[in-house]
This record gives sequence, structure tokens and C-alpha cells, in this order.
Amino acid sequence: MIPRHLQIALAVLLAAALGLSIYAWHVRKTVAATPVAPVDTRPLAPPVTGPTEKVVLYVAQDEDGTMRAQPAQIPMPSGRQQRAEELARALISLYLEKNSPHVIGAGTEVRSVFLVDPGVAVIDMNGAFADSHRSGVLVEELTIASLIHTISANTPNILRVKILIDGKERETLAGHADLSSFYEVAAVDQLASQLQAGQ
Amino acid sequence: MAAGTHRRDRGPGANSSRNDWRSAGATFIALILASAILVSGAPAEKHLSVYSVAANYSVPIVQREGRDYVGLLEVLEPLGRVSGKADGTRWRLRYNNVEANFTAGANHAQVMGRDADLGGKFFLENKRGLVPVGALNSLLPRILGGPVTLHELSDRLFIGSVATHFTASLASDDPPRLLFHFSAPVNPSIANEPGALHMTFRREPLVGPASPTLTFGSKAIPSASYSESNGSAVVTVKTSIPVMASFSNDGRSITVAATPTPQAGSAPIPAPPSPQTAAQNTPAANAAPANVLPAAVPHYFAVVDASHGGDDHGESLSSTLLEKDVTLALARSLRQELQSRGISTVVLRDSDANLPLDQRAIFANADHAAIYIALHAASSGHGVRVFTAMLPFGSDDHGPFRSWTTAQHDWLSPSQSTANAVAGELQKRQLPVKNVAAPLRPLNNITGPAIAVEVAPQGADANQVMAPDYQQLVTSAVATAIASLRDQLAGAQPQP
Repeated sequence: MIPRHLQIALAVLLAAALGLSIYAWHVRKTVAATPVAPVDTRPLAPPVTGPTEKVVLYVAQDEDGTMRAQPAQIPMPSGRQQRAEELARALISLYLEKNSPHVIGAGTEVRSVFLVDPGVAVIDMNGAFADSHRSGVLVEELTIASLIHTISANTPNILRVKILIDGKERETLAGHADLSSFYEVAAVDQLASQLQAGQ
Repeated sequence: MAAGTHRRDRGPGANSSRNDWRSAGATFIALILASAILVSGAPAEKHLSVYSVAANYSVPIVQREGRDYVGLLEVLEPLGRVSGKADGTRWRLRYNNVEANFTAGANHAQVMGRDADLGGKFFLENKRGLVPVGALNSLLPRILGGPVTLHELSDRLFIGSVATHFTASLASDDPPRLLFHFSAPVNPSIANEPGALHMTFRREPLVGPASPTLTFGSKAIPSASYSESNGSAVVTVKTSIPVMASFSNDGRSITVAATPTPQAGSAPIPAPPSPQTAAQNTPAANAAPANVLPAAVPHYFAVVDASHGGDDHGESLSSTLLEKDVTLALARSLRQELQSRGISTVVLRDSDANLPLDQRAIFANADHAAIYIALHAASSGHGVRVFTAMLPFGSDDHGPFRSWTTAQHDWLSPSQSTANAVAGELQKRQLPVKNVAAPLRPLNNITGPAIAVEVAPQGADANQVMAPDYQQLVTSAVATAIASLRDQLAGAQPQP
């Protein structure tokens, strides 16, 4: 014969165990139903190390298909190659902003910019840059012209530019703008003038 | 006197020496001529084409005692780890874990201890073992451990199930089209001659249908036949009209169709250059096989290029609208507008077909089109953009010689004049216009006046670019500008 107080204690323990089990099941279900925000690895701004410097970014405008010079104050390292890289990153960051005048695909990143003498710059973009870029002659041209002109206008003595995607050559950016050849900076400068003049 | 004696003494010797030199020279020249005659008369070197899952390759065939022989090491090397060791007249072959022993002059070999009939003598030369080609049919299955099929008469060897099959059917269009479908991508070299089109498959393990001749009951394309020789398979299409071949479906389909005339308004789609011929031929030679292009190509005509096509959709302007469809509709509309102004017009890609950029340029260049107009469509922005080529850095430019990527260089001036005229006409029709250079292929490859026109909607609705009235508004402006420049374009000259 089990004493009465032990029976009561056992019943209380069983009720508590049952209650905790129901609570745990409820919590688990709630957690599973709550969406987990994806980790956004996009760079939002260039590194803030080093003194800031006033530069001019040449920003494409989808609205009227033009390009506008836009002064910006960004941290600029002393090395020529690093400066070119930061300029490209600043422009891409601007394009990735919510109210960008020239939308480019999420996840676009500048992998690196190499300056190779004499006068050659190689801009290595990540795959998302090309894969998610909008297709069209003008829209692709605006991206390329603004990128090259921003770097060449702020970095003297660049004569030719090659754009790579994930370190490899691609035929076109998104079906139109040619990426298989080297761009002549002089020709891009002329195009940039036309685009700034709104021709 | 002494001098005279000397002259006498020297005279006969000098004559003899001269005669020796003459006879030696004559012998040398005779030898050179004989060698040239022998070389020119020598039969073409024979090869055995080998097709396998690992690789498709060919090995040279040599003649021994009037029979065809191949080096066993050469046949097996691309397939696995192989070695041969000579010991006197004996030769031991090891392929992976299989061992075979051969004896020079013997008609039999031992493969894994079992006797194998070679059907001819085994030759051992410079530590290379030569076996009759016919012996491969029985020898290789034992060494490789799998099925092997030898087409001995045509020197083709199939290792495993690698054959590519094909079907041919006639589409009852007017004029008819012959459609070939292959079980794997192919890239034959194509040659035309009066009354026949030959497709030669050197690298593909193509095998023929049950009947080597297929008849279609058509006067234009009565039959096609399959044959094999010297390591290649050849499909010959008999025709009574000029035809050309075009590729689609990633090289799995070939369409043989009548060559349209420019007056009829559409252009042939040249076959893409095969990797082995592209490097040998000039672009112009590639583009203009003898009877692919009609003889009566007009002196002054426009080439309208419907950009993209086939697998290349261009931009998806909406969930149901692809750029390649819009450009085709625009091209047909522009053709109509140009022809109504008396300008003969050729539309490149007058169907949903793949057409490489190089081939588009090759066609315009080979026939000296008065103007090349590439058409594009876009959903972003508003109005119409007119582009001329923005040339890349021409690393291969040497003086007056331009590389393929900067071929447009000397024609930029008339191209820009044309673009200005087109932009002006579009503005007259109250259309927003942008007129700039663009890094857009194949504009930079065209050796003549060349522009591109990208049509975007006037408002937010991308479907407007497919509206006939909007398309006609644009194309009539372009055609009017081209017609107004007729005299200039007809006499346009390169300007270095």
C-alpha cells in the first residue's frame, strides 16, 4: 500500500512533466515557424580605415540614360591599386543602395582591381555582377562606362581596362556589352562625355 | 712557255672538272624532280579514326607487305596506362592489368595466356609493335575487356557504345527543308558543289541508317546518302536548287534549306565554322562558299540583323516577351519599310535560329552590304537608342591592317553619319532618342557602315515594343534615313 502523500507527489510530478512537454513542443513549433533573416554579406560601405578624400563618382542614371558626376567623400588608402579598388567599391555600393539611380543585382561585389604596367587595369567582379545584371545595350553600357570612367578619372595613367568575372573572361556582361576585349580608356572617356551631355 | 704548258696542263683537267660538276648538277636536279614527282604522286596518308568514351582521335596507318598496319601502343595510349617492352624478337604489352605477348613475324599472339589470331605477321620496329588493322577487331576486346566495332574499309574504330545516330526528314515547306537530327552534337565541315551538299564528319562517331540512301520524293531535295571512307563519314544531300546548312539545338540539328535570295528578303544562315576550319579560312572565305550566296546579289542592299535567336533569348522584356522575338518582328517591319523605298534588304536570322555573331558580320562583309543595321529591344528606359561601334583596344592592329575586333575602324565616319541621320528622323517623329557609341558586337567587326538600334517602350509597358504601330513608327524613321543617305552609302569608302 503506497502512502497517500507519495501518490499525491507522484501525480503532481506527472502533471508537471506533461505540462513541460506540451510547453516544449509549443516552443519548438514557434521557433520553426519564425523565419530566420538571411545573413547579408554585401559590403554596405568601403572600409573606414585611412583618411577620407574627395573623389568624383560617375553615376549612371537609368531614368534618362545618362551619367552624372557625383562628388563623394570616401576613405582612400595610399596605394594606387587599393585606391582604384575602393573607387570601384564605392560606386558599386552606391548602385546597391535602396534608391539607386542605376539598379544592379544584389550580391554584386568587386573582387579586386589590379593595375598592371603599362597602363592596364583589370577589374575582377564576382559572378553575381554579371549573372544578375539587367540585359540591354544601354543599361549594360552604363554600368561598364561608369565603372571604368570612375576608376580612370580618379586614377591617372590608366589606358586600357579589362573586366573579368570571377577571375575569368566572359563574352558579354548580360548578353550585349562586350567583355571579351580590352576597353580603351580614351574611347570610354569619350562615351562618358556623350552620356554626361545627355546625347 | 711555262705558262702555256700550265694552260695546256690545266685545260683538260678544267674541262673534266666542269663536266663532273655538270653531271653532278644534272643528277641533283633529276633527283629533286624525281622526289617532287614521287611526293606529288604519293597517296594521302591514311589514318585510323578511333572513337571512345575517353577520347576521339586518329592514329597513322602504315603499309607492310601490302597490308594496313597500326601501332598498338598508339591505339591504346589515349585509353589507359600502357607500356611495351621489346626483348629480341619478343614484345610484351601491358595495358592496365592485361598482359599480351607478341613475336616478330608470328601470326599469333598471347593475350592473358590465351592465343589470339592476328590474321597477319606481327612487326616489331623501333620497339613499336605493329599489328594488322583487321586484327584490332579480335585483339582489342580481349585487351580492353569491352566491345569494339571496326569498320575496316573506312578505317573507323568504335570502342564501346559511342556511336552517334541520325534521322533525316523532309519538311513539306515551299521550298522544302531537310531536317537532320543527331543523337549527340555534331560539327561537320560542309561543302557545296552544283547539285550536292556534303557534310563530312571527321571527329564524330557517326554511323549510317539501315539504308545508305534515303529518298524524299521531292524534286528540290530528292535524296541523301551516307558513306564512309578514310576515317570519315560523309552525308551527301542531292539537290536541284542552291542550298545551305544551318545548325540549331546545340549542334544536334542541321537544317538544309534553299538559299534565299536577297530580293526575297531573307539571308542564308551560314553554318558555323568548324574548329578545325575556322583557323584555316578567312572569315570571308568561310562565309561565301561557291553557291551559298545567290549570284545576283544586288550592288546596293541593306543587311538587317535580328539580334539574338535560338538559345540566345536576349532580354526577357516580360514574362511572355523575349527580345529575340521582338527583334525578328522589328527586322521584318524594317525590311518592308526599306523595300517600299526601293532598297533591297536582307534579313539575317529570318527564323528562330542560332546565328553566331561572327557569322552575322561575315555575311555583311562578304557581300559588301551598303549598310548593316542590328536591331535590339529593351524594357528599361524610354524611346530609341542608336549606336555605333565603340572599338576595343586593337592589340593585333599593324599599320593599315586591322584586327577582327577593330575591323569597323575605317568605317566609323559613315557609320556615325548614318546614326546621326537615323536619330534625326526619329526625333522628327517625336521619339526620345539617344545616339552614342556602344561596345556591342558584331558592330566592331563590320567592314562597312554599321549601326545598331535598340527600341525601348515610350512608357512603362514593355509590351509596347511589340505593338505594330510603334514598331512601324520606328522602322519607317530608320528606313527614311537610310533612303536619304543612299548616294552616300553607295559610295562610302574606308577612311583610315
